[in-house]
Amino acid sequence: MFMYKRWMAPSLMVAALMMAAFGQAQAAESPGLGVPLSDSEVAAVDLVVMPDGRGLPAGSGDAHQGLDVYQRECRICHGDGGQGGPNDRLAGGIGSLATAQPVKTIGSYWPYATTVFDYVRRAMPYHLPGSLSTDEVYAVTAYLLAENGIIERDRVLDAETLPAVQMPNSGGFSWAWPED
Amino acid sequence: MSKPDQSDLIPVAGNGLLHRRLFLRTGLGAGAAMLVAGRVGAEPQRPPWMRTPGTGMGESGAPSPFEDHVVRAPVGSQPGTTGAGVSRTPLQHLDGIITPSRLHFERHHSGIPEIDPDRHRLVIHGLVDRPLSFDAETLDRYPQVSRIQFLECSGNSGALTAPEPVDGNCASIHGLISASEWGGVPLGVLLEEAGLKPEGKWVVAAGADAAAMSRSVPLEKILDDAIVALYQNGERLRPSNGYPMRLFLPGWEGNASVKWLRTLKVTDAPAMAKDETSKYSDLDADGQARLFTFPMGVKSVITSPSPGLALAGPGVYQISGVAWSGRGRIRSVEVSADGGVSWAEAALDEHVLSRCLTRFRAAWQWDGGPATLLSRAVDETGAVQPTRASAMAGRAPESFYHYNGMQAWAVNPEGASRNVYV
Repeated sequence: MFMYKRWMAPSLMVAALMMAAFGQAQAAESPGLGVPLSDSEVAAVDLVVMPDGRGLPAGSGDAHQGLDVYQRECRICHGDGGQGGPNDRLAGGIGSLATAQPVKTIGSYWPYATTVFDYVRRAMPYHLPGSLSTDEVYAVTAYLLAENGIIERDRVLDAETLPAVQMPNSGGFSWAWPED
Repeated sequence: MSKPDQSDLIPVAGNGLLHRRLFLRTGLGAGAAMLVAGRVGAEPQRPPWMRTPGTGMGESGAPSPFEDHVVRAPVGSQPGTTGAGVSRTPLQHLDGIITPSRLHFERHHSGIPEIDPDRHRLVIHGLVDRPLSFDAETLDRYPQVSRIQFLECSGNSGALTAPEPVDGNCASIHGLISASEWGGVPLGVLLEEAGLKPEGKWVVAAGADAAAMSRSVPLEKILDDAIVALYQNGERLRPSNGYPMRLFLPGWEGNASVKWLRTLKVTDAPAMAKDETSKYSDLDADGQARLFTFPMGVKSVITSPSPGLALAGPGVYQISGVAWSGRGRIRSVEVSADGGVSWAEAALDEHVLSRCLTRFRAAWQWDGGPATLLSRAVDETGAVQPTRASAMAGRAPESFYHYNGMQAWAVNPEGASRNVYV
């Protein structure tokens, strides 16, 4: 009952957490039932790729290899060359955002190249997510960036080169958070 | 239920809007009081269902078969898929502020996973001293809170950004909002147990669906009022709402309340995931876009009358609807029956809760002529729901997220309503 009342008070909770954030955690604040994990156990569930490349795995691929992956796994939904099909258009539209017909694609809109890798590895292809090898994800990412004219087709993408890719619309965003 | 006296039927705003005291004093539906037949001296009569015992008890309830039209419709999914789309809460058929769990809207990105809770873990890692995992049974032993709050997809009401008014109804236009009692563990408790490192600023949440759907959330929000929700309306979450556990961020765009929560990674920056850059971002006409529009703006919609609910003929009607704000409580709601020329203050139901649906009601004497019904809400911060023109200002074509302009329903002499722009 003591603990329940304690957690009903948001200000107390926030105060306690702010202390925790500065390394003054009070061990008694939680039942402490979380199970500690090893690095490998964390790695087994961690798919986060950051814009600066942290989280990218070892491996590589280029647009030539990516074409094969794309034709096999992606074209049926996204069309030839990423020009769109039943589902989202992925290429083209660069420079269209301020026009009467904005076309939002990876090339025209997405601010970070790492997002392509992160999303494809998480969620694509739709009917069989997780089925692509790491090299295939790098390769199809390279293909999509090359179709958008952002990298050369011979450019090999890996954990070093992918985050270095400058996206055409990288300067096109502001943050609405935190609010004024 | 007492009859309204004639002074209550004096309009307070144009085109027949009556004073809200009609509801405050006499209760709901006074203007259309139920007729109870009673012929003095006649033999008592029994309808068929009073002549034989009814059916027996059951282990789980269901709505009346006469209500089988009250469903989550329309449902839509991306081409070639059944689980990458939405189903919509039928607001026009509901009253009060709680959405029945079976009618809570859905927005999934790769279907509903069928998760065995014994095999599901929430992993907290990243910028913490001790990466930890929790299962649902363990979380149930932690101190919990419950609150009645709304969840709204940031694409809700986006149909009103179309250049011409769509032929839609409450569900198809505004049905991506629902409200429930959400119960679970304050996330700050779990992060404290893991030990936050000072450089932690964001938390990247990801689900156990086939899309491993992910969003970055400011740590400030996580520590303020975020919970790992385990319960919805008193029962365990339904699979369509994240069973066995989901992130719940009061008042913030629904997509960030990641369902089937699997990992929370504390980071020093947002991950810039697909669903916070390519999608759910707001493109302006000048080609610039905004990321991280989190709190949902103040909004309201009249749910009755509305398209599909025709008025039977001239007379007194209840105008009813819902209002909400991602920044706190609703302060007031006004309604207009003349397209916004004049306004009358609506009555609010008793439960006016922070970041929750608030039910409003107004009395209206329809004279049978054309009318255009509008509502506008004000929240406790003083934010006023904008006109459509104001809400559209500066938007790029087809930029439809985070739209909170006023909804106008035009009532024709037949009593039917349709979506119009004023």
